[in-house]
Amino acid sequence: MAEQAENPKHTEHAEHNEKIPTVIADRVDIVYRVNGTGAGRGSATAALNRIVRGRKAEQAAGVRKVHAVKSVSFTAYKGEAIGLIGTNGSGKSTLLKAVAGLLPVESGRIFTHGQPSLLGVNAALMNDLTGERNVHLGGLAMGMSREQVRERYQEIVEFSGINEKGDFITLPMRTYSSGMAARLRFSIAAAKDHDVLMIDEALATGDRSFQKRSETRIRELRKHAGTVFLVSHNNKSIRDTCDRVLWLERGELRMDGPTGEVLAAYEEFTGGRR
Amino acid sequence: MSQVLDTAPPAPAHPDAPPDDDPAALAARYGLTVSGARPSLPAYVRELWARRHFITAFATARLTAQYSQAKLGQVWQVATPLLNAAVYYFIFGVLMGTKHGVPDYVPFLVTGVFVWTFTQSSIMAGTRAISGSLGLVRALHFPRAALPVSYALQQLQQLLFSMAALIVILLCFGVPVGVSWLLALPALALQFVFNAGVAMIMARLGAKTPDIAQLMPFVLRTWMYVSGVMWSIDRVLSAHQDMPHVVLLALECNPATVYIDLMRFALIDSFHASQLPHHAWPLAIGWALLAGVGGFIYFWKAEETYGRG
Repeated sequence: MAEQAENPKHTEHAEHNEKIPTVIADRVDIVYRVNGTGAGRGSATAALNRIVRGRKAEQAAGVRKVHAVKSVSFTAYKGEAIGLIGTNGSGKSTLLKAVAGLLPVESGRIFTHGQPSLLGVNAALMNDLTGERNVHLGGLAMGMSREQVRERYQEIVEFSGINEKGDFITLPMRTYSSGMAARLRFSIAAAKDHDVLMIDEALATGDRSFQKRSETRIRELRKHAGTVFLVSHNNKSIRDTCDRVLWLERGELRMDGPTGEVLAAYEEFTGGRR
Repeated sequence: MSQVLDTAPPAPAHPDAPPDDDPAALAARYGLTVSGARPSLPAYVRELWARRHFITAFATARLTAQYSQAKLGQVWQVATPLLNAAVYYFIFGVLMGTKHGVPDYVPFLVTGVFVWTFTQSSIMAGTRAISGSLGLVRALHFPRAALPVSYALQQLQQLLFSMAALIVILLCFGVPVGVSWLLALPALALQFVFNAGVAMIMARLGAKTPDIAQLMPFVLRTWMYVSGVMWSIDRVLSAHQDMPHVVLLALECNPATVYIDLMRFALIDSFHASQLPHHAWPLAIGWALLAGVGGFIYFWKAEETYGRG
């Protein structure tokens, strides 16, 4: 990739001083506690037991701990695009949420430059509202000002291509196909310039032409902003966008290195190329 | 995902950990901050203020989305409170015929119901503000107080529709328009601050223990019956002079009673100042400040924990 040539490879520690870190994860552990997983029989009494006896009874009473990320350390630098790979349930999304400050860590620390944002505006959008109102709502939810939203509105709609097949932006989002909705969501989320941007499986959606445009947009964001994290199961899109890859497996950081190397090892692990 | 994770495959590598550099020192050198830490109170207030447009847009969006699938659409905003009032009138005015000697009973009742509903639904919505929006909390970064405040604001917008219906009802029952109607505005503003404050308290409790949402309807219904929504506290009290002083005081200081009676005082000409609880305005301001400021600080104290689990 032409992009890659411009970016110094992170492995060259000799140039350490010239690189500005944007995210530092220091032995991060993340544990989920899940209520109500008690083995069917007597789970109501188990709950009472938990209330009466407190924390000690948690284990016995059906609060299960899931150790999702185990002692992960890495440093990300300005200008890097980092891919996160790993089989399902290996802790990729959890790690990103913790970096964004949305999930508390059990132990360890995460330092970040500015406010990292997850490219996930969908939760703020409402299916019963028109695409137009959702663009405004989503923009405001991401912390853009009213003026910024107004300025970018046309750009967002054009980028999403929602209006290519007629005036769909004034229809409620529930009438969109899943692909159209995903395109609009990505367009809204990508409209803001982020210091650190994290993208979770967003590129798998949309048709081929939209995927191309998304990749271009991610490169742009990378140029303006600091660092881009990308979670994907599509090794090709990782190869096209990222110059460094973190491989998580069972919550542990198994490998961290240049895209080619890590992907080769990962493909061997998962049994062949995809 | 299995609970007991098998022993991991070998060789977790950390090739990127700076060899002779402490991560904290490196972070400090480049001005990096701990992710997800709770901001100071003044910074939190500034953040919340910066999100004011999101708060209003989110409230309006939720209000609009509510009836967007109905054929009559936004007509329901006014029709729902009117139907509500009709039901209460039918039960308390016609079936039970218990007007308790209250003049202008229908305006009295409907005002009470609308004002009470504002507080009740703000608190209910507040209870679910965090626990019901986990997707949003886990996806985007914003001061979480925006959620309960936005939910309370949505109820205020809803109430404004109800007030439009209320004015129609008042005029139908021959209540004259007066300058005192303007007093409804400060009363509403104070009640909104109170509601938002309680909503924030409930949001924190509900985020930690979602079970509270199951309990609240019973608490709220009890609260409604002691708040003089359907009956005049003033008249009941004068009939039961022998009640313990503490009970009397509690009934009179009940914030819901204060806000309901202030609204009645503002809108209904036959509801005289003598029927108001003692020191009604100071009480209304006091409750608003206590709940608003206290609730905000209480909510902020747990800011970094919302969305866990």
